[in-house]
Amino acid sequence: MEIPRHWRLKKQRYALVGEVCPHCEAKIFPPRDVCPECGDEAKTLFEFSGRGEVYSYTTLHNAPAGYQAYAPYTVALVKLEEGPMVTAQLTDIDNQPVEVGMPVEMVTRKLRAEGDDDRGMLVYGYKFRPMELQPLAAAD
Amino acid sequence: MDVVIAGIGQTSVGEHWHVSLRELAFQAIEAARVDAGGLLPQALFVGNMLAPKVSGQAHLGVLIADFAGLRGIEAYTIEAAGASGGAALRAGYLAVKSGFVDVALVVGVEKLTDKVGPEVESAIATSLDSDYEAVQGVTPLAQAAMIMRRYFYEYEVPQNALAGFPVTAHANGVGNSHAMFRKALKPGLYERVGMLSEPLNMFDAAPDADGAAAVLLTRAELIPPDASPTPVRIAGSSIATDTLSLHDRPDPLDFRAARISVGQACHQAGIVIGEMDFFELCDIYSVYAALSLEAAGLAERGQGWVLAEEGQISLKGRIPISTLGGVKARGNPWGATGVYQVVEAVQQLRGEAGVNQVPAAEKALVQCLGGPASTAVTHVLTAL
Repeated sequence: MEIPRHWRLKKQRYALVGEVCPHCEAKIFPPRDVCPECGDEAKTLFEFSGRGEVYSYTTLHNAPAGYQAYAPYTVALVKLEEGPMVTAQLTDIDNQPVEVGMPVEMVTRKLRAEGDDDRGMLVYGYKFRPMELQPLAAAD
Repeated sequence: MDVVIAGIGQTSVGEHWHVSLRELAFQAIEAARVDAGGLLPQALFVGNMLAPKVSGQAHLGVLIADFAGLRGIEAYTIEAAGASGGAALRAGYLAVKSGFVDVALVVGVEKLTDKVGPEVESAIATSLDSDYEAVQGVTPLAQAAMIMRRYFYEYEVPQNALAGFPVTAHANGVGNSHAMFRKALKPGLYERVGMLSEPLNMFDAAPDADGAAAVLLTRAELIPPDASPTPVRIAGSSIATDTLSLHDRPDPLDFRAARISVGQACHQAGIVIGEMDFFELCDIYSVYAALSLEAAGLAERGQGWVLAEEGQISLKGRIPISTLGGVKARGNPWGATGVYQVVEAVQQLRGEAGVNQVPAAEKALVQCLGGPASTAVTHVLTAL
């Protein structure tokens, strides 16, 4: 159980809160307090839009402990529209082909359950889904 | 003042069910000490990545020193993921170079087959950014697959462009009695083998395995002039780091730390890259071999695979790599890999590589990586 660890990341996990550098305007995610572009202090919070595109992706079959129940799953490097890249799972892709450059948007989903059988703490966080959702099936 | 490698030792790489972590390390140490004619080390540097996670065992310095009959000496672990072995060599080099230590023992050891599957995967994934990469269920293998897909996308290379790397490694593994895989790949097999994490297939990734390798370092003047075997000189030594997270890089296909450490090690040695007789690089994933060749300046960006395609990386090619099977065919005992590479380079420079001997090998470049070159350790070795 690592409750404080996940709790203190809640702004990042649930709302993609990073930073903007007050000196050079660089957008920073994850927050790191020192601007990777200009090296100055950067502690101004900035909420990312959650929109971006797939830079690269793959599907995992040999999942690490704690993730086997979800395998196979697709992970991606997502280039956010504000600049930074994040590592995240893709979700809601069904049988839709994933492509480099595909527009995606952030959603909040369960990442894993601590302990066995989903009875431990649930860890939620960001995943990304295709930006253009499938049209809903017409109600009959 | 020259630091030299006076002795080498290694166990075979594979599934050592009957041997414990400490016994494995001791076997390599014993072999290195016999090879060095009984030099007594004053310090032990252990390269290891996984023991705290896989064996529930930290504090390997004292564990191994005590077990190896070296109770009382300076001893501790150096950890830098897959580059732990190379980092331990760097620590031993600095200790001898500084003059504080006359004889340093470096051992890389990994014992991971006591656990299998998901537990090993999650142990290996601790080398990623835990909060922002591993939490998403990503592993080093998945990262390599994403790098490989992007490599294919950006450079528009043919589908089987990387096949030459495992083919060369396996061909060279045949002649290495310590290698895990000692069979050449049949033509056409690469194209048919199953995917691990698309587009990365079973032959694009090295197998996890147990193993230990050791070297004894000392100052050149402490070795008798007629010593046998001939000592090998460490002419250059460098570690560089990049971002931990792959996603924090402006260009994930640029192995910047690998590039910087090659530059620094070559500069120190006064040897330009084109003069190297061979290059033991990190071919844990075939795309990393291509990117390492590019980072070292041996190929243009996006062209590393061409060296493999054209056979220039084979034993008689322009720049042989993985000369005793590399990580791919020798096997990947994570934290020990960097020491294995150095042991193999010494075999080459002594002219003891048998059927795998690189002709007239005098200058070697040796590089191990932690993660996607998040850490890169490069050494230049020369025959004295």
